[in-house]
Amino acid sequence: MTRFLPSRRSVLVGGGVLGLLVCVGAWRLTAKGPTLTGESDADGVFLHDWIHVGRDGLVTVRAGQSEMGQGAFTGVATLIAEELACRLDQMRVETGPASDAFKNIGAGIDFLLQNHGFAKQEPTGFVGGTVSFIAEKATQQITGGSSTILDKFTRARTVGASARQMLVQAAARQWGVAPSECAARDGAIFHDSSKRSLGFGELALAAAKEVPPETIALKSREHWTLIGSDKVQRVDIPFKVDGSAKFGIDTRRPGMVFAAIVQSPVFGGTVASVDDSRAKAMAGVVKIVALKDAVAVVADSTWRAKRALEALKITWNDGGASTLDSAAIASSFAAAIGAAGKVEAVGDYPAAFTSAAKTLKGEFAFPYLAHAAMEPTNCTAEVGPDGVEIWAPTQAQTLALGDAAKAAGVSTDKVRLHTTYLGGGFGRRLESDFVVQAVLIAKAVGKPVQVLWSREEDMQHDFYRPAALVRAEGGLDAGGKPVALRFSVACQSILAHMLPIATWLGPDPLQFEGLSALPYAIPNRRVESTTVETAVPIGSWRSVGHSYTAFAKESFVDEMAHEAGADPLAFRLVLLADQPRLAALLRLAADKADWSAPLAPGRGRGVALHTSFASAVAEIVEVTVGAGGALKVDRVVAAVDCGTIVNPDVVRAQVEGAIIYGLSAALFGKITIKAGRVEQQNFPDYDVVHMAQAPRIEVHLTPSLEPPGGIGEPGLPPLAPALANAIFAASGKRIRSLPLMDQGFSA
Amino acid sequence: MTKLTVNGQTHEFEVEPDTPLLWVIRDTLGLTGTKFGCGVAACGACTVLVGDTPTRSCSVQAADFDGQSITTIEGLSTDRGHPVQRAWIAEQVPQCGYCQSGMILAAVALLKAKPKPSDGDIDEAMTNICRCGTYGRIRAAIHRAAEA
Repeated sequence: MTRFLPSRRSVLVGGGVLGLLVCVGAWRLTAKGPTLTGESDADGVFLHDWIHVGRDGLVTVRAGQSEMGQGAFTGVATLIAEELACRLDQMRVETGPASDAFKNIGAGIDFLLQNHGFAKQEPTGFVGGTVSFIAEKATQQITGGSSTILDKFTRARTVGASARQMLVQAAARQWGVAPSECAARDGAIFHDSSKRSLGFGELALAAAKEVPPETIALKSREHWTLIGSDKVQRVDIPFKVDGSAKFGIDTRRPGMVFAAIVQSPVFGGTVASVDDSRAKAMAGVVKIVALKDAVAVVADSTWRAKRALEALKITWNDGGASTLDSAAIASSFAAAIGAAGKVEAVGDYPAAFTSAAKTLKGEFAFPYLAHAAMEPTNCTAEVGPDGVEIWAPTQAQTLALGDAAKAAGVSTDKVRLHTTYLGGGFGRRLESDFVVQAVLIAKAVGKPVQVLWSREEDMQHDFYRPAALVRAEGGLDAGGKPVALRFSVACQSILAHMLPIATWLGPDPLQFEGLSALPYAIPNRRVESTTVETAVPIGSWRSVGHSYTAFAKESFVDEMAHEAGADPLAFRLVLLADQPRLAALLRLAADKADWSAPLAPGRGRGVALHTSFASAVAEIVEVTVGAGGALKVDRVVAAVDCGTIVNPDVVRAQVEGAIIYGLSAALFGKITIKAGRVEQQNFPDYDVVHMAQAPRIEVHLTPSLEPPGGIGEPGLPPLAPALANAIFAASGKRIRSLPLMDQGFSA
Repeated sequence: MTKLTVNGQTHEFEVEPDTPLLWVIRDTLGLTGTKFGCGVAACGACTVLVGDTPTRSCSVQAADFDGQSITTIEGLSTDRGHPVQRAWIAEQVPQCGYCQSGMILAAVALLKAKPKPSDGDIDEAMTNICRCGTYGRIRAAIHRAAEA
């Protein structure tokens, strides 16, 4: 632990502690990192750790990030192809092995700068260099925090340009001409005046011996043909319409066996005893493996492992959490919130609140949420005399590598980790619990083993979106102008287990991200936060703290608008007088959603605006509220400003997806605790949006020359408050607690 | 011994009688395009066609389908050329893609039963779960395939 930040969980994952910034420009080709350049194999040669060129001309991009549906492979390939001068159909993309060559420096910088608001130009000079240096030392290979484009926007183009230059130099040398006379396009180098050309494949081995220039000019944006193009299709989609994409669960190894597992139903419980007399006699059973807190049955097929698991008789030690329940957790939040410590103070909040003409208060309560990715948690591992090999659907390769090495009792250089496609991630796969488990079981059984959780295990042993309580207070002057606003938060701390150092100086910033540094011009503000620990494991869930802070903020701003007798949209626009980008975004949404058009009785529109992960999204939701709380979400209009866009259709898809994910949570999502265990088991009792409930969604993008922000998460936070505000507009009922199905609504 | 014709190929195998069709397809026949999602027929990731009927293979026993003909995602075409696959690509439907084998087969079954489905037909037939939220694009792709 001699690093600037502890290596363990050193990057803010999933999250935006800060939502911000940047491309990593202080990173240069001269920086330490590339190690494979020049290394050849039977198929071709590496021109960089991230770029392999085959003898057949096929360019293999190692994206570093995981592909979990968010378009990372396409984004990174696009950035490289733009400069390398090839087409995406001349490329194949993979995550690449777990390696420091793929450290997510963008996420590291983002964490260190703790910015709020839009993406900023990369830091330069001494500050930029220092920040980048520390970020590079401290960060990990992770896919989270909507950071892929942040991380790769400059670096991937630079690497692509460098590799292109090596190919150009090799061609020029072969032809005896000046490199400046050569041009690269469509996967080949051309000497147009002599009508000669050589494909990348023909040049690769020679190119690997070339030394690229130390600095290299990147194309200016008017010359981009791939970045920002609506014609670039996702590179992974063909494999996802014919069943050939290999997810974690599809890993197959010679001689492999399959494990089913049951974990202590009570959080923190352990295995007391196992009666496996029936199970071990069942067909196909290879071994019963008892871990500290779980028992696995290993068999020659998944089904045989599952049915033998049912035959086990396990006695558990419940541990200290066996009396924990949701009501007790809610009470502990309520008891603690009054003592929440100040994390932001602007102006003179107490005086402004006391002297306000009108005051209002609200208390917002949020449940735990499961990720419930479609692919249940799984991992395949093999532990042999030469080391450990792992195939995992993971978002955190180097963290998993370290944890796996520790579990196997070997050094990290003895562990090889392959990332499969992820059947959804949403933050769940930033954890390495399932990787460690597979390694322990593989070690015990001595064969490659795939550990596959049942849906019930997946739902009951998640790292949940923390439950939270947010108390809001505000004051308006006689003219209806907001003059005071205060938020207090009580919640568990994600960073306390992921990155403890980040909590030394005060409350975990993930608890209140989205409430501080507000863009609204309210002169006197206060934000307070406190940590309440419980035994419930928590983690990053798509948009992390923003997933509930946006609800409290945008609902309460709506309440203030109502109190002021103002239109909710006009009220916000007044508060955004000095925020032209946000005001324009809000106007775009309002315009596209026909904000001023009247609606029939029983119908309503609601608006919300929120900035997270360096991008802002405004959403307007239209609902119909029928008799008995029958709720129909008719339409969602989203306006997005994520700075420079690498792939417009991927941005639209991510916002569409974030809206549905957020809607599932708002309507149905809750994990409740009873006797120290999760009550929900599977989709029937952890319901999610289906086709029939999915609203019409329109996503409108803001053309922009600004630096790129994130997009995997920012579409989520505004959905629930816009929906609740629409319900208020339609029915007069204020929503201060989620999910809606517990508030008298059905969908 | 159970006999199944899967994607036009006949297989005979012996498994415990309680073995779900899903695990025969994945583990016995090695066709991994069909996914395990929930194990209780709630999510539809395991959907295959038995004849023309969309079937959640995790919750039915393989032995009950003796002699029947089954289509999995691998059997739809050899070149992603099925109209539904083409529509899925044109609309850029999948995100993570895990649910999409089941979604595509459910859509194939719907279009077979109703070549020009209405939005209401789609709501009624397409009850599989997608956590990435691709429903709008699935709807558009089904309409596109219907026009093809």
